[in-house]
Amino acid sequence: MKKSSIGNIKIGKISINTLVVVVCSFYLFPIYLILTNSFKSRSQMYENMIALPKNFSLQYYISALEKMNFVSSLRNSIIITIVSIAIIVILTSMTAWMLVRSNNKLSKVIFSFLVATMLIPFQTIMMPLMQEMHWIGNNIGIKMADSIPGLIFMYIGFGAGMGVFIFHGFISSIPVSLEEAAIIDGCNTWQVFWRIVFPILKPTTMTVIILDVIWIWNDYLLPSLTLKSTINRTIPISTAKFFGQYTISWNEAMAALVLTIIPVAVFYLICQKYIVKGVAAGAVKG
Amino acid sequence: MDKKGKSMKLKKGWKVAFTLPLLIIFFIVVIIPFIIGIGYSFQEWDGFAKHESIFVGMQNYFEAFKDLRFLNAAVRTTIFTIISVVTVNFFGLFFALVVTTKLKTRNIARTMLFVPYLIGGLILGYIWKSVFSEFFLSIGWGNWLTDANKALVAMIIVTTWQLAGYVMIVYITGIMAIPGDVLEAAQVDGAGYLQTLFKIKIPLLMPSLTICLFLALSNCFKVYDVNISLTGAGPNNQSEMFSLNIYNEIFSLSNFGYGQAKAIIFFLIIAIVTFVQVSATKKKEVLM
Repeated sequence: MKKSSIGNIKIGKISINTLVVVVCSFYLFPIYLILTNSFKSRSQMYENMIALPKNFSLQYYISALEKMNFVSSLRNSIIITIVSIAIIVILTSMTAWMLVRSNNKLSKVIFSFLVATMLIPFQTIMMPLMQEMHWIGNNIGIKMADSIPGLIFMYIGFGAGMGVFIFHGFISSIPVSLEEAAIIDGCNTWQVFWRIVFPILKPTTMTVIILDVIWIWNDYLLPSLTLKSTINRTIPISTAKFFGQYTISWNEAMAALVLTIIPVAVFYLICQKYIVKGVAAGAVKG
Repeated sequence: MDKKGKSMKLKKGWKVAFTLPLLIIFFIVVIIPFIIGIGYSFQEWDGFAKHESIFVGMQNYFEAFKDLRFLNAAVRTTIFTIISVVTVNFFGLFFALVVTTKLKTRNIARTMLFVPYLIGGLILGYIWKSVFSEFFLSIGWGNWLTDANKALVAMIIVTTWQLAGYVMIVYITGIMAIPGDVLEAAQVDGAGYLQTLFKIKIPLLMPSLTICLFLALSNCFKVYDVNISLTGAGPNNQSEMFSLNIYNEIFSLSNFGYGQAKAIIFFLIIAIVTFVQVSATKKKEVLM
């Protein structure tokens, strides 16, 4: 009785393994669909959409690259993501540390306020925000709308709540004695933060970076409101423009979509461990 | 040192230098627009700086409750959210249970199932558009996106596809935190797989479930990217969700004041739901 059930479990496990792989492959079927058809000719595609391509033609990739301004969109997306996140990490970790270490009424009020405003959905402030940015451009002379630095400025504001919240949680758990020892050794506050505190924050910094990359890289609504010039477009914007502007030739559209997935896939392959950890930590704290 | 061991003596100048830059940016980007936005919601204005805005009091808010397109979008979003929250969490929990077994394929499964979340709603919507229109046409199922009900089902499928892998990660963390000896004890007592699942794992996963329900809830209710890329509100605005309705009212129809009133209503709904959720969770934690 016992032996046969063990045998059954083994056979069961092999078939379950196969089943899991089959189900997961089916799960990614839409990605397979755009991948396989992006290499096919038009007639080949409509003959059988599921089949593998008979010959690999890159013509749709070449035309999609050009129509999407892919290279310049990719560059803009990378610049915006990296610069915004670098500044968000620097400013939110500094602010969070100071709020924890001050530990007075004002710092508690500021912290609660920052966290509470995370509730505000972007749709609620998008219109007045655009009015304000245009007003700054017209009256103060700093170009905020349709400018990449302007967009980065806005990302810093929108990333403030979450960054401070996550850093605050971690810093509250670090004992202050190490920092006090550093002060006795002659460090000033700036040095204490950058030499002692910031290195300890590394795992939390990774969490903030991962969450912000997923958010800023894929963000569409905010850049679609501000970046109107073609040269400023990010990847989501040029994808949306591509689908809006031309009568869709699906082969080309699928090639365009594959192109947009490549950077995400590279990021996932390189940072998989951090991404899963960061997303789990961020979700639990949110 | 105070009793918590958290604070230290710092000069006022440093405090200001460390916090003020971020707070100023935050104030300009989030707080000022929020306050101006409340003001706009009491006005009638078409968005042109040269045209005057007229103060109309609460009229925009009253009008919103008579606006069928808006009410339909709100009801539709609510139905969409309720169904999606259930499907997202059902599949997310199911996936998490599968990939935390000792199966050899668990790691590759986890990797694959998480992919959609990283791609982002806009691109996902376009990818699935090719499935629901071109692919479905090619196999004779017809274009789902030109039928109002099927377009809504398509929205639910894509959202589930996007978020199931996301909540899966949270459930995995929860499952990993279940102490091994509890499961062993159950096995010794002769509990089968289903008994262990329903009597031990799921009750112990309640905190994860609360987190995931809330994550799915806020993500689904605010859905915008998938809406604009997959269905673009069509056919005939019949798949227009709350967020897109606000966008269209302001930027397509140029009713800035009226659209802003809707945006404030949107905020109030989210604030109330979050408040209820947070206080409910706190009560539960006390009970546990």
